[in-house]
Amino acid sequence: MVTHENGGGHGHHQAPTGFIRKYVFSIDHKVIGIQYLCLALFSVFVGMALSALMRLHLGWPNAHWSIFKGGLMTPEQYLALMTMHGTIMVFMVLTTAPQSGFGNYFLPIQIGAADMAFPVLNMLSFWTTMVSLLVMIAAFFVAGGAPIGGWTSYPPLSALGEMAGPGQGAGETLWIIGLAIFCGASLMGALNFITTLIDLRAKGMTLGRLPLTCWTWFVTAILGLLAFGVLLAACILLLLDRVAGTSFFIPGGLVITDQVITWHKGGSPLLWQHLFWFFGHPEVYIAILPGMGVASHLLSTFSRKPVFGYRAMVGAICGIGFLGFCVWGHHMFISGMSPYSAFAFSILTMTIGVPSAIKTFNWLGTLWGGKITFNCAMLFALGFVSLFVSGGLSGLFLAQPALDLYLHDGYFVVAHFHLIMGVAAIFGMFAGLYFWFPKMFGRFLNEGIGKLHFWLTFIGVYAIFMPMHFLGLAGHPRRYFDTTAVEFLQKLQPVHVFISIAAFITIGAQLIFLFNFFYSLYAGKECKEENPWHATTLEWSIPTPPPFDNFAGVEPVVYHGPYEFSVPGAADDYIPQHLAPNLVKKA
Amino acid sequence: MLRRRSEVGSTTVALSLAVFLVLMTVVTVYIFMAKVWWFPPAITEFGHEIDDQFGRTLLITGIVFVLAQFGLAYAVFKFRDQGQKATYFEGNNTMEIVWTLATVVLFVGLGLYARNAWAQVHFQGAAEGALPIEITAQQFVWNFRYAGPDGKFGREKPELVSASTGNPVGLDSTDPASKDDIVAPVIAVPVNREIELIIRSQDVTHSFYVRELRLKQDAVPGMEIHMHFNAAVPGNYEIACAELCGLGHYRMHSMLQVMAQEDFDKWVKDQEAANQ
Repeated sequence: MVTHENGGGHGHHQAPTGFIRKYVFSIDHKVIGIQYLCLALFSVFVGMALSALMRLHLGWPNAHWSIFKGGLMTPEQYLALMTMHGTIMVFMVLTTAPQSGFGNYFLPIQIGAADMAFPVLNMLSFWTTMVSLLVMIAAFFVAGGAPIGGWTSYPPLSALGEMAGPGQGAGETLWIIGLAIFCGASLMGALNFITTLIDLRAKGMTLGRLPLTCWTWFVTAILGLLAFGVLLAACILLLLDRVAGTSFFIPGGLVITDQVITWHKGGSPLLWQHLFWFFGHPEVYIAILPGMGVASHLLSTFSRKPVFGYRAMVGAICGIGFLGFCVWGHHMFISGMSPYSAFAFSILTMTIGVPSAIKTFNWLGTLWGGKITFNCAMLFALGFVSLFVSGGLSGLFLAQPALDLYLHDGYFVVAHFHLIMGVAAIFGMFAGLYFWFPKMFGRFLNEGIGKLHFWLTFIGVYAIFMPMHFLGLAGHPRRYFDTTAVEFLQKLQPVHVFISIAAFITIGAQLIFLFNFFYSLYAGKECKEENPWHATTLEWSIPTPPPFDNFAGVEPVVYHGPYEFSVPGAADDYIPQHLAPNLVKKA
Repeated sequence: MLRRRSEVGSTTVALSLAVFLVLMTVVTVYIFMAKVWWFPPAITEFGHEIDDQFGRTLLITGIVFVLAQFGLAYAVFKFRDQGQKATYFEGNNTMEIVWTLATVVLFVGLGLYARNAWAQVHFQGAAEGALPIEITAQQFVWNFRYAGPDGKFGREKPELVSASTGNPVGLDSTDPASKDDIVAPVIAVPVNREIELIIRSQDVTHSFYVRELRLKQDAVPGMEIHMHFNAAVPGNYEIACAELCGLGHYRMHSMLQVMAQEDFDKWVKDQEAANQ
């Protein structure tokens, strides 16, 4: 283990020489961070391809495509795409990239450490995640195909095996095993993050001088540690119900297609929902908190102003983390749960709007009176704020059980969580990528292509997800293969067509991004400077790209807060955290 | 240097971003206000209560939405890099306290205000003399059972369930109370009469959902969940399943028929005849 006593690992590392130790089974947090990002990049394009197929079908359910004999897809194929889209996006993209990807790469550097506290565990957690991805994707290729129960996988549908529907056999089993493996990987990662941040901060890096990115990675890791343990237990119980004949989630007396199920009794379907959402709601914050950190960091850097209300921001991050564990019941208002607990969960959920609002106000306060530069990183950070507001406010409707009676399990919910935990979180990742790419790879992402990517994506996501609110208001239930069986849904078809077209344009824009990524990796404008953005945190104090041991064996000393921009009396409009006070040039 | 270069054209980008934010906000608010896609009219008393609460929530979130998006648009344009020096301030405790308290009052107040509608649906039971109707969901149909003239639901046994031979809920014919029970694929109710629903499922979780009632309730295997309503407007209303229940989820559909008492009496007679 790397400890503070042995110098935070400073001066202990030997750079590996062989290809395998250097790029495959690497214990360097930077390589592992990039590995996670590559895994997420692969996954996000898989997830997006699945959504493209769904949108093609939803837009034109009756079209006959000459390349797809017998129609584009069957109802069970649609549900399998939907389930895998949700699962891959939530776990392999939203959970891995912001935290395990960027966090792995930049948390140790930003706190002045040479590596994570447990480098080997770090490697293990990445490769365990990789195994989990492979197991999940394998679900597509077994008899019956991928599961059709949605990413929430409610029993008994998910517990009864093939008799409950195609995909609920081997596909569902693989899905559960894959998820359980993922829980293990996340637990390892969370432990590592928490230990690293507590133990390996450089001299002078007090909690009050931590960049907000580090605060969010820290709180996210705590959420992960508490949430994934519960999901792991739930997965194991569900697996036992399926393969060992237990009945944790299956009540007695079930009848499926006239067949009485005599071998299960005494279980509770609601127990799964409680366990799942005890994980599932904090998961929303696991996805979005690092994005909030990146947005705060970038808004400050590119408006050349300190973060407005740093302490309030830290308080809000911790408040969101704590309250995140007190609100899971708002996913279960109509589940048959006690209506009195529903009311309590409702008030707690309304309360979580408060730290979210504090953050929004503080972001505006950070921009106020600034000197704003509009590069791609900043544009995505600004987009994040706009999307966070739009996606967050619809939560105030869904937090009220009385309104949820109408809106629950409809497109209003789909719009809400896609905007906030999907798109806003992804904007946080894009912002981070445009910002840190030069540090990571020594080249800038192309700004021109990047701006095109930003505009198409920003307009595109609003065009996709705003109209979904209106589908929800009209009462459109989610997870519907098509609208043919319900009369009131049929006049909503034009909205589906509009959303599908918007989705294809937005997906096209991501291909532009993919091109930019690989083009810039090899032919982008070179970045030789340590600190091209004139930023303050420690990653900008070391060479580009960073050497194997980050700080060349010398532990940095931190003298300043993380956002010392435009300080009166200083010659430059930024004071790096590591700059000794006597070296700060006076105006 | 990169930052200098990006300063050029910052007005164009700032203006575009501000204009887009304003446009997006205006269009969104317009579509909400014009009610282009909207709820169908409510047919229950608490339905109107829910609509009122939706209106209050829409008003408050709408104001916050407009202020935040316009504020962002204003800030990006006003404070774009024109070579000025950024002002240095790290925050303002008074403002933090004010907006924290303001949002607590606003959001939590809204939540407390919503209690009334929820209480009508859930805290209060069905009124005296309500007509009980048992709903049994199964992949992918709804079954509605009426107790018949004796007012008692007969015994059901899982092993007797046989959708193919016309006994979808497993009625036990040896129980005298089951003799007059009616099982129908649609639900008919007399207008202005309190109805008590007893919601169950045979296999997986489904959800009973009627837009015009403003009511949705999961049908959970192993549970009997009671709901109640009193529909004031005759008509035919669609029932759609709202909880993913398998490949036929999208076609798990039925109708709620609200009718005058005499029409209902006739409907019951017809069903009895059909059940013989």
